[in-house]
Amino acid sequence: MFAGFVNALRNEGVKVSLLEYLTLLNGLKAQVALYDVEDFYFLARASLVKDERLIDRFDRVFALYFRGLQAVHGAILADIPEDWLKQLSERFLTEEERAAIQRLGGFETLMETLRQRLMEQQGRHEGGSKWIGTAGTSPFGAYGDNPEGVRIGQASSRRRSAVKVWDKREFRDLDGEVELGTRALKLALRRLRRWAREGEASELDLGGTIRATAANGGCLDLQMRPERHNKVKVLLLLDIGGSMDDYIAESAQLFSAARAEFKHLETFYFHNCPYESLWRNNRRRHDQTTPTLEVMNTYGPDWKLIVVGDASMSPYEITEPGGSVEHWNQEAGAVWMARLLKRFRHAIWINPRDPRAWEATTSARLMRQIMEGRMYPLTLDGLEAGLKELQRGR
Amino acid sequence: MTDRLRFASTDRYIATRDLEVAVNAAIALERPLLVKGEPGTGKTVLAEEVARALGLPLIPWHIKSTTKAAQGLYEYDAVARLRDGQLGDEKVHDIANYIKRGKLWDAFVADTQVVLLIDEIDKADIEFPNDLLQELDRMEFFVYETKEIVKARRRPIVIITSNNEKELPDAFLRRCFFHYIRFPDKETMERIVAAHHPNIKQELVREALHLFYDMREVPGLKKKPATSELLDWLKLLMIEDIPLEILRAKDPKVVIPPLHGALLKNEQDVHLFERVAFLARRGQ
Repeated sequence: MFAGFVNALRNEGVKVSLLEYLTLLNGLKAQVALYDVEDFYFLARASLVKDERLIDRFDRVFALYFRGLQAVHGAILADIPEDWLKQLSERFLTEEERAAIQRLGGFETLMETLRQRLMEQQGRHEGGSKWIGTAGTSPFGAYGDNPEGVRIGQASSRRRSAVKVWDKREFRDLDGEVELGTRALKLALRRLRRWAREGEASELDLGGTIRATAANGGCLDLQMRPERHNKVKVLLLLDIGGSMDDYIAESAQLFSAARAEFKHLETFYFHNCPYESLWRNNRRRHDQTTPTLEVMNTYGPDWKLIVVGDASMSPYEITEPGGSVEHWNQEAGAVWMARLLKRFRHAIWINPRDPRAWEATTSARLMRQIMEGRMYPLTLDGLEAGLKELQRGR
Repeated sequence: MTDRLRFASTDRYIATRDLEVAVNAAIALERPLLVKGEPGTGKTVLAEEVARALGLPLIPWHIKSTTKAAQGLYEYDAVARLRDGQLGDEKVHDIANYIKRGKLWDAFVADTQVVLLIDEIDKADIEFPNDLLQELDRMEFFVYETKEIVKARRRPIVIITSNNEKELPDAFLRRCFFHYIRFPDKETMERIVAAHHPNIKQELVREALHLFYDMREVPGLKKKPATSELLDWLKLLMIEDIPLEILRAKDPKVVIPPLHGALLKNEQDVHLFERVAFLARRGQ
């Protein structure tokens, strides 16, 4: 019934499945939304969209696809028996309005004219002064402002207009065209999990129990042990600002995925290349910095270092003292990188730029050499390869 | 229309029309309803109110990071059985004595239809929702130890809440109805306040709401105050009997509203707000 609508949604990137479509049809069959456009919209939204970021797109498609809905609505009401209309108008019309009907030649004439116009009228009409439709000044139609008009097709409760709900597009803020990749990233990051037992002994240690029971002469001696927890420790260094602006979305995604996945995650920011200081809060980068040496002393060699940056800068920023664009650095970036790599044996560099561009950029080539080739693109495959590298014992 | 259960706003819980439709769809088609939204917009309360409005018992299952899907079905206490076996306890011959029912089992075998709340599903492991797919879809599961099938007598109304900490798997989402509780607009908020504090002075509400929405506009707040915070704050204002003038005060020394602790839960946010408010005052 609404296959075209579902297709339109899929074209716009709202991936509606057959199951969800059937759910919507079942919902209509079960009369969840009963002859009410607004309810139908709500039902369709609840069954077809499963992510608040996609609701705005859904609204747009809905508005486009069901643009003619109001006209149909009006036509159905205009087709009802005359008696009913008469009652309705009597209920709605004030004394003055009834006098106005008299001016047009009485109710009978009015109805007759209405019938004639209905015959003449072919399509939907809006805003005119003769045809039946909406928002016009014709005596017939809805939402109009002709004092002599008959209100047709306007619900007596006079709720806000149905179309308005989706035309308002209240979910616009939530649609940032964000790639829905956080989950995939998280699944990739799971590779890095390293299980260790710590905390309260809450699990039966089967091997230990058998040993202890045997030692106990066959009398049961239960042994418990703590549950396994993810113990991997990750130190994340993020390049921020400048040329990285284009990759903020990807980096933020990686960051949020990592934060949810690891309990031991420390994040620091740098600009272009790590030098003698890093900072935790990008808004206070100038007054609250942490010396890189302190970071290296705080976190032991068991921490895994992940650097995220596009490694696109002037080569001097890596090779020469004083090469930084932001401040005077006593020692070259390469020196600091070497120190970091010496401290953290498990280290990778994740580069959001297209790998084909790496070779063309001197700084990226340099950095890759410094990293001994451990530079990976920020794609699922790249991430997976990088994490595999981190897992390897060095 | 049949005599099917229908949910609508109650005197205590103001549901917008779209939420009503979503809940009714979930009831009619017996599929889970997934509710997302900012913290403090009444996701968990929704399940309580649905249960209350329909006159059904509520079975809440609060998820923690260590919760396993199987715990919702049942747990087999093998250790206790082993111990009893050593002591020669009679109980040991019936394995059913050592099977502890989980929340889902309770919900399935209840005499009447129940409302099952799976609270904060995103807290659990990333695979947790996938592990519950079959059980929520078919509303039955198999107990390996006793070789019995537990099948729902009446399919429970399942309401699942999520705080968006983790993305949920597609296969799971496809089986749910979805509703995102938007932050209420001023009009709805006034109705919500009226439902919770019927005796409150209208002027106090107006001033407080004004301040409240201003506060939400402050950029960079770590945790924006939400409905539950507003209700708490109004309650405090009423108890302390704070006069209206203080809320309206233009005194430059008082830059921050009274009892702000109920609204801002974070020291940095308080500082930030103070700074912004101070600048705004100076600008006037």
